[in-house]
Amino acid sequence: MRCEQVAEILPDVVEGTGGASSHVFAHVESCLRCQAELAQYRKLLRALRHLRTEVLEPAPGTVTGILAYLEAAGERGAMRSLLAGHRAAYLGGIAVATAAAGAAGAIVVASRGKRKVRLAG
Amino acid sequence: MALELAELVTAAKAGDRKAFEELVRATCADTYTLAYRLTGKEEDAQDVMQEAYFRAWKGLKRYRGDAAFTTWMYRITANCASSHLSRRTRDRHDSLDEDHVLVDDRLDSDPQARVGAASERERLQAALQSLSPEMRSVVILRDVYDLPHEVIAAELGISEGAAKVRLHRARRKLRERLFPLRGEDSEERDAHAV
Repeated sequence: MRCEQVAEILPDVVEGTGGASSHVFAHVESCLRCQAELAQYRKLLRALRHLRTEVLEPAPGTVTGILAYLEAAGERGAMRSLLAGHRAAYLGGIAVATAAAGAAGAIVVASRGKRKVRLAG
Repeated sequence: MALELAELVTAAKAGDRKAFEELVRATCADTYTLAYRLTGKEEDAQDVMQEAYFRAWKGLKRYRGDAAFTTWMYRITANCASSHLSRRTRDRHDSLDEDHVLVDDRLDSDPQARVGAASERERLQAALQSLSPEMRSVVILRDVYDLPHEVIAAELGISEGAAKVRLHRARRKLRERLFPLRGEDSEERDAHAV
């Protein structure tokens, strides 16, 4: 294998999950340049993992702002639910009224039909 | 601490708003740190953080506790940051070229600046910020926060293969910038056949 080919794989090999073939490792073992490059990748990975220990503090007031936003969003949500409830009640009322009107109409039609039958008799 | 968080999560899931507020207070520094690293700007980090906690509050009932609450928050934050950065890029009519760099390259060109950024950590931060947001997100989520490839792909809305390619390219760019090999400046590589 050539250094250019190995160099293409080293960024994945450094994690140990690159699925590199034995040819790659055989090359690295016998090539000082690729050993040096792999060592630099390991150094980079260590530095990146070390960043995990560093925690940044948000500016004062950030958390208060977020909580206020959540509060406002919650109130908007509650208002929407309330309006949706009113709308449902309104639509429900219309549906009940329509059904009642329909039923009344049907009764009237039926009673007229009976009256006609009596008259014919 | 983890137990306290678990108790707060249970209470918040049951609708206890105060418990959720405590959760925000307990995790805000971690969430902010990730948001800042992904966006590179204080203002953007705050926007991302606000959106992340809003989504967390709305989706808390879906959190099953398979992973730590902080890991769940990292996923939401990564997703929010990705959306935020895409929106920002669209708004500015910038190209989505992955090699597009948003910050200056003073450390490369200015010896004074190189001396100023003395510590390795500062150089690393600067190198991370020199990456495109797409590459930076993947390398931070994988190499700093240790999230699995499939999770990173899911939260960034890309395939696992694309996530791995971005990681590969990001590591190479960082290594070349922070730990260059002899002769690498001239972009010449000696070929050694074995």
